Amino acid sequence: MKNALGREIPEYIEGYGVVRPFMGAFANYGMRERASVRLRSVKPGEQKLLATIDEALDKVGIKDGMTVSFHHHLRNGDYVLNLVMAAIAKRGIKDIHVAATGIFPIHEPLVEYIKQGIVTGISVNYISPGPVAKAITKGLLKNPAVMMSHGGRPRAIESGDLHIDVAFIASPEADAYGNINGVGGKAACGTLSYIIADSIYADKVVAVTDSLAPYPACPIDITQDFVDYVVVVDSIGDPGGIVSGTTKVTSDPVGLRIAKTAAQVIDATGYIKNELSFQTGAGGTSLAVAAEVRKIMKAKGVVGSFGAGGVTGYIVDMLNDGLFRNIFDVQCFDLKAVASYRDNPRHQAMSGSLYGNPHDKGAIVNNLDVMILGATEIDLDFNVNVVTGSDGTIMGASGGHNDTAAGAKLAMVVTNLTKGRLPVVKDKVTTVTTPGETIDVLVTERGIAVNPRRQDLLEKLKETDLPVKSIEELKEISEKMTGKPEPIEFTEKIVAVVEYRDGTVIDVVRQPK
Amino acid sequence: MKQYRKSILFVSGNNPKMLQDAPIFGSDGVVFDLEQAVAVEEKDSARLLVKEALRFLDYSGVDVIIRINALDSGYGEQDIELIARERPFAVMIPKASPEQITKIESKLAKIELEEGFPAESIKLIPVIETAYALQYVHKIITSSPRITGVFFNAEGLTADFGMQRTKKGEEIIYARSRIVVACRAEKLNAIDTPFLDSNDYEGLEKDCYRARNMGFTGKAAIDGRQIKIIHDIFD
Repeated sequence: MKNALGREIPEYIEGYGVVRPFMGAFANYGMRERASVRLRSVKPGEQKLLATIDEALDKVGIKDGMTVSFHHHLRNGDYVLNLVMAAIAKRGIKDIHVAATGIFPIHEPLVEYIKQGIVTGISVNYISPGPVAKAITKGLLKNPAVMMSHGGRPRAIESGDLHIDVAFIASPEADAYGNINGVGGKAACGTLSYIIADSIYADKVVAVTDSLAPYPACPIDITQDFVDYVVVVDSIGDPGGIVSGTTKVTSDPVGLRIAKTAAQVIDATGYIKNELSFQTGAGGTSLAVAAEVRKIMKAKGVVGSFGAGGVTGYIVDMLNDGLFRNIFDVQCFDLKAVASYRDNPRHQAMSGSLYGNPHDKGAIVNNLDVMILGATEIDLDFNVNVVTGSDGTIMGASGGHNDTAAGAKLAMVVTNLTKGRLPVVKDKVTTVTTPGETIDVLVTERGIAVNPRRQDLLEKLKETDLPVKSIEELKEISEKMTGKPEPIEFTEKIVAVVEYRDGTVIDVVRQPK
Repeated sequence: MKQYRKSILFVSGNNPKMLQDAPIFGSDGVVFDLEQAVAVEEKDSARLLVKEALRFLDYSGVDVIIRINALDSGYGEQDIELIARERPFAVMIPKASPEQITKIESKLAKIELEEGFPAESIKLIPVIETAYALQYVHKIITSSPRITGVFFNAEGLTADFGMQRTKKGEEIIYARSRIVVACRAEKLNAIDTPFLDSNDYEGLEKDCYRARNMGFTGKAAIDGRQIKIIHDIFD
């Protein structure tokens, strides 16, 4: 069958189940029900502190076919997923579904577990290019991986679409009764937002910490009433790996050019004014947009309502400069952001659900004015791919891409028009992550394209000397430089299912030939 | 094509990405460098790369200038032979002298005839970077009607003099003054030497003010990030 974007997808996918096709970004709202939670109540006097992960596995009754979950706030410094999976593998347990909020190169041991049938399913909302992404692309995983968004995952958990048997929470600091915070300990990572839904809805919750604090481990991010057990290990992670790869403004002249143009678009369309709410990623060009917006805000004396998202020191500086009143933080990208979250009450955590769940009573993304997004590819309908690269290899997942694009009043993609000598604008993207109906503007170094759905923006930009072009013109310019690449050939095997934030299937990833 | 006046951006002729991105920064002119930025073993490939870039990429909004190698280097003639047939806006002549300009003129005239280009359509920009060129700057700039302006290369000049180059530029005050007087007298563009610390925006600003107040019409850039400041000050 074809979904609303015309993507060919099966009605049923082995290892995934019946497919609910994507019907449109705003087609799936209304009355919702949350799943009920099964828990074992704790009597006064019971102890939660366990000596080893093995003991925790005994207590939670780990067995074949279970779903275990992890969070990625320690990013490429995370040891907990590997520690737990090694203990599970040692027991000869098979058919585990790993529901991790993010997977990084450090999680390479998963590849061997995939080959051995210990891990047969993966659900993830962020994945770095690396060995696990390659293994999925090669079709080594028994069941297709499920790529979700940051808001889509808590939606799936809350609705019961994704049931977590055991959540293992890497806990920078915890007390013996299960209060957890992300700001203490050797591997302080800041907010623990992505694992909040797991802590509430999982059958069992295990805090894994290397820093056992005296009771209570304030300021608490996850409270004791959600936690079954606490395990102390030598180390939950390498603080050096917590810092995201790129957290500095780019010095690349092309990136700066794009950023300047992007800021001019934001200004020309009237969004830089008091109460502005703004989110950008941690990439060098995205931060350069923030730098340009900051200049304009300062010049105009504008005070924004909030900055949001994965937070870098740069956004913290804007808060401290009085350019935003608040920050909503779903993950800290560097240690400056961690410190700010710890010390500044105006720097608020938001759970993944509060951030982007389309089926709660209103996510923060709904209050966003401006969102700066990246893209691997964008097509003539403004559909964006951030999942697969030019050779069909999985190199990312939505993260908050389609959540923020849907919510923001101005969702702007900033990208070089060519990447690695390949054009970014395509007739059709290889994989749709974010539907074009939620993308408003594309900004490149050679021009700006406005989604024809946004005639209001187009009219405003026409009054400026900004280089507004059609997306078809931008495609022509890029292909003139690079030529038109040969289409990638795929087998019929589906290696990943890309869920839109509402749980419908927006696309599938097939194994490249 | 527009008349470069305020800015020219230097781009290494052997860097495909820079050749591709050169026109996006809004400079009046882009200079594809086949001389200083290109090592001897890459002269041939850079020349071919620039030729292909001129054929296939869109430089319609900017003056394309090619800094060729000096004729006595053994590479200059080949540069002209290959590149002039793509009809750049101008050829930039290193270590300029009236004699070299005369030779280049006649080669360009021949190519223009063979290719059917209008006579004298390819312009010349001599580089003043030697004591000789500085001494005879007026003679140089009046040696051909093709000459539209001058590029002052302070790094070359100070090397020729054995002087130490500084950000403040007191060592080049005389050279700047002499070049500007000659250019202003002949109503030609005078493009000042680039500011080499591309991360020092404040230093660039000061250097631009100095050059502008001495009479230069514009300034060369070595990084796209410098263009806006140059334009703001030379506007």
